[in-house]
Amino acid sequence: MSPGNFVALAVILFVIGAVGVLVRRNAMVIFMCVELMLNAVNLAFVAFARMHGNLSGQVIAFFVMVVAAAEVVVGLAILMAIFRTRRSASVDDASLLKY
Amino acid sequence: MHGGVLAISDVASTTQQITFWLLAVVSVTSALGMILVRKAVYCAVLLAVVMLSLAVLYALQNAPFLAFVQVIVYTGAVLMLFLFVLMIVGIRAKDSIVETIRGQRVAAGLAGIGLLVLLSLTVGHAVLGTAAQAGPSFGANNVYAIAKLIFTTYVFPFEVTSALLITAALGAMVLAHRERLTPKLTQRDRSRLRVASGHPAPLAGPGTYARHNAVDMPALLPDGTPAEASVPLAIRGVPETPDQQRTLLGSSAAVRGETGAESGQEGDA
Amino acid sequence: MTGSLAVATTVAAHAEATLPAVGVQRAAWLLLVFPLFGAVVLLLGGKRTDRWGHLLGVAMPLAAFAYALIAFAAMLGYPAGQRSRSVQLYSWITAGAFKVNVGLQLDQLSICFVLLITGVGSLIHIFSVGYMAHDPGRRRFFGYMNLFLAAMLLLVLADNYLVLYAGWEGVGLASYLLIGFWQYKPTAAVAAKKAFIANRVGDAGLSLAIMLMFTTFGSVTFGGVFRHPGAASPGVLTAIGLLLLLGACGKSAQLPLQSWLLDAMEGPTPVSALIHAATMVTAGVYLIVRSGPIFDLSPDARLAVSIVGAATLLFGAIISCAKDDIKKALAGSTMSQIGYMMLAAGIGPAGYPFAIALLLAHGFFKAGLFLGAGSIMHGMNDEVDMRRYGGLAAVMRITTLTFGACYLAIIGIPPFSGFFAKDTVIDAAFHSGGTGGWILGICAVIGAGLTAFYMTRVMLMTFAGKRRWDENAHPHEAPPVMTWPVILLAVGAVGFGAWEILGDRLAKFLGPVSGYTPPEPAVFSTSGIVVLALAVVAIALAWAMYGRRPVPGTAPAARFPVTAARRDLYGDAINESLLMRPGQWITRLSVYFDNRGVDGLVNTVAAVIGGTSGRMRRLQTGFVRSYALSMFLGGVLLVGALLLARI
Repeated sequence: MSPGNFVALAVILFVIGAVGVLVRRNAMVIFMCVELMLNAVNLAFVAFARMHGNLSGQVIAFFVMVVAAAEVVVGLAILMAIFRTRRSASVDDASLLKY
Repeated sequence: MHGGVLAISDVASTTQQITFWLLAVVSVTSALGMILVRKAVYCAVLLAVVMLSLAVLYALQNAPFLAFVQVIVYTGAVLMLFLFVLMIVGIRAKDSIVETIRGQRVAAGLAGIGLLVLLSLTVGHAVLGTAAQAGPSFGANNVYAIAKLIFTTYVFPFEVTSALLITAALGAMVLAHRERLTPKLTQRDRSRLRVASGHPAPLAGPGTYARHNAVDMPALLPDGTPAEASVPLAIRGVPETPDQQRTLLGSSAAVRGETGAESGQEGDA
Repeated sequence: MTGSLAVATTVAAHAEATLPAVGVQRAAWLLLVFPLFGAVVLLLGGKRTDRWGHLLGVAMPLAAFAYALIAFAAMLGYPAGQRSRSVQLYSWITAGAFKVNVGLQLDQLSICFVLLITGVGSLIHIFSVGYMAHDPGRRRFFGYMNLFLAAMLLLVLADNYLVLYAGWEGVGLASYLLIGFWQYKPTAAVAAKKAFIANRVGDAGLSLAIMLMFTTFGSVTFGGVFRHPGAASPGVLTAIGLLLLLGACGKSAQLPLQSWLLDAMEGPTPVSALIHAATMVTAGVYLIVRSGPIFDLSPDARLAVSIVGAATLLFGAIISCAKDDIKKALAGSTMSQIGYMMLAAGIGPAGYPFAIALLLAHGFFKAGLFLGAGSIMHGMNDEVDMRRYGGLAAVMRITTLTFGACYLAIIGIPPFSGFFAKDTVIDAAFHSGGTGGWILGICAVIGAGLTAFYMTRVMLMTFAGKRRWDENAHPHEAPPVMTWPVILLAVGAVGFGAWEILGDRLAKFLGPVSGYTPPEPAVFSTSGIVVLALAVVAIALAWAMYGRRPVPGTAPAARFPVTAARRDLYGDAINESLLMRPGQWITRLSVYFDNRGVDGLVNTVAAVIGGTSGRMRRLQTGFVRSYALSMFLGGVLLVGALLLARI
């Protein structure tokens, strides 16, 4: 099983996640898409680790997971705070910081 | 012996290929679904599917530790956190499919295709070769080897990560905290309010007299009409416009007569 | 002019050596310090000095006058050739070869001016105590007057042109401040500005002359410049002379810079008497006489001086004939008399003593006339229109007598000072040689006739005839503090002539400076008799016009020459059309260029940047997803670039 397949799958998932971030308006969904992108990157890391026989790729993927967890916690807290005041989870509504 | 190993390897390879292609299709489909479905909660479920698929793919890539962490931490904890927040934000909230920013979708699609093409070119251009011979650290020894790496080579990033986690936890607390603006209602206050409301008896629970016993089905009142107020707020969905909010709160107040208690509960949350 | 060329050869004679001052003259700086101290105390002391400020303001000129008398006595004690003394105070500028010391030069010429300035100045200060008694700004007035005295003394005492220039600017400043003393009156403020600007034109000429002297002679001291004036080419000397003449024209209100003097009468009358009649306006004459060695070598420059003087003396006299404002009539007369002095100064060394003699005599009688006018205004509620006077002789006896004495002096009736002073000038003009001399002389004679006419007119309109007073006017004689200075001035106007008649004293006294020792002139020269006859005719004419017939209360309609004279012979109109309007056009053009060109360029650049920014700003939609998209596109480009670089 060539690592190239895994990397290709990672690329596809990453792009899908990125497009999701761009087209969806619900902050929750955007978050999930970001998670999808992170997961895709993790898959690539794991594939490269396997390819090179070097375990560092897996360790990096592990760290990515931890950081992602922290990011989700803070992000969701911010989301809660915004939702409380604006009663909306749409990222387009919080668009006051403009010209 | 040698041939046996080859045979086993061949079998394993075939199994791997089948698994990979199966999971690849599943995960890509789910990922596409994520950006297409309108309800956030479906999105979360689809994400769970992708994550589980990836966990299996990790395992396939001789990363058993990561596979378990993926299942436990990501699918188990992070996604649950998502669902939890979704419950607060309103599980029924649907995204409008109308794009408000002009050209955003076209541009995003073009950029996505462009990136896909470019990355594919990169990956195709790169000499990826075959997988290296899997050492012991990619097998039964995996957890031990990762632990050794984390606590030797990567000990400093690891410690920094712990600091990051603590900071994130504190930050989330600060962000989610809300000052109490009204005095807390005691049990005595609540009972007094309830008696004063004219509906001292508890409400029918959701699903009562209904054909379903799901929590999102409203109870039926004695005259057969559904009591919207019997469905928990989180499931009922948070009203999006002030108008809806007023009607909803009004009906809830009419039926349950304990708006104050309800807002008190919200304050606790 | 051939005669004057012969005189020019004797130039070296009057470049007399200046000796260091000894004894009491070493304290000549006191002359500057007294009035300067008064000015500083009064101007910086503020309201605290209001109560006694005028007393200090009077004491300082008196102290300076006292010292001037002592220094004069000391000078008389020296032999004639050793009377020029200098006091070096300190080194002002040292820049390479350029060294300027602040030094004072006490010689016969400067002591004349010092005595005139401090003597007449003291009298006018005393007069002002009464005249300005009810003015809230009296203390400030005395401060300015003391400042003027300090500057004027610096002007005449300087031993080099640069220090002279400092005094020159100082008197210009004091003149500006005093003309605009009642600055709340728009006319006074405008007049002050006009005087200042006209003076600036002249000052520019003087400063250019000083620069030219420095480049030519390498020095700006009188001694350095006059040592070898012949070293310079005639062209340069003429240029210096003409530039000095421009400076003199500005300060002395000579054509073509004459227009400011009539307006300068907006100032308080003592100012008109001291600055715009007796002292400051004669600074131009001083400058010409002081620069004699240069003019001696440049007949062209001298001729220009004479022509300017002759033209101005007629110009001023004609204006004066038509003015109903007593101060303006006197101001025109001042212009005319200074024209005489310039005419005499332009004749050369032969004219210098007569110019100075007329200057000193004029200082007395013109100050007396102005102070007399001040007394009249004081009694007539500040009325200046002579058509509202009439019959004042009965109520203001002292003023009438003093004014009359000064009147006789100015029109040149013997034995009053004007006769001797002016006659000698006219005589010198006739004797300056050639047709030019005759033309100058005839101008001077006509001027003398006009002088007699307009002064008689002033006398008759003011003191004789019916009373044409305002209903509210209660004319009365001024208090003694105002009458006594006028009496003293009148005595001076009379006595100066008597002093001078005895053997050309002034000419001999000034001889070492002017380089000319006149022969004994006949007291009654031919021209003197002609002038006297002409004056009598003019007086008769004036009597026929203003004495016999009643004077109308308003100016009657008149034809060309009179209307022109009433309008200052179109001096303002010429200035306006030749200078002001083109200046305004240039200003408008500059403003247009500034707005459209300079500002336009800057504004266009700013507008382009602003417009671009405004459009760029639209990119900031506030939508996070838009930003994410641009980030994403950037990532795509980055990957593409990397890929391109690898392939």
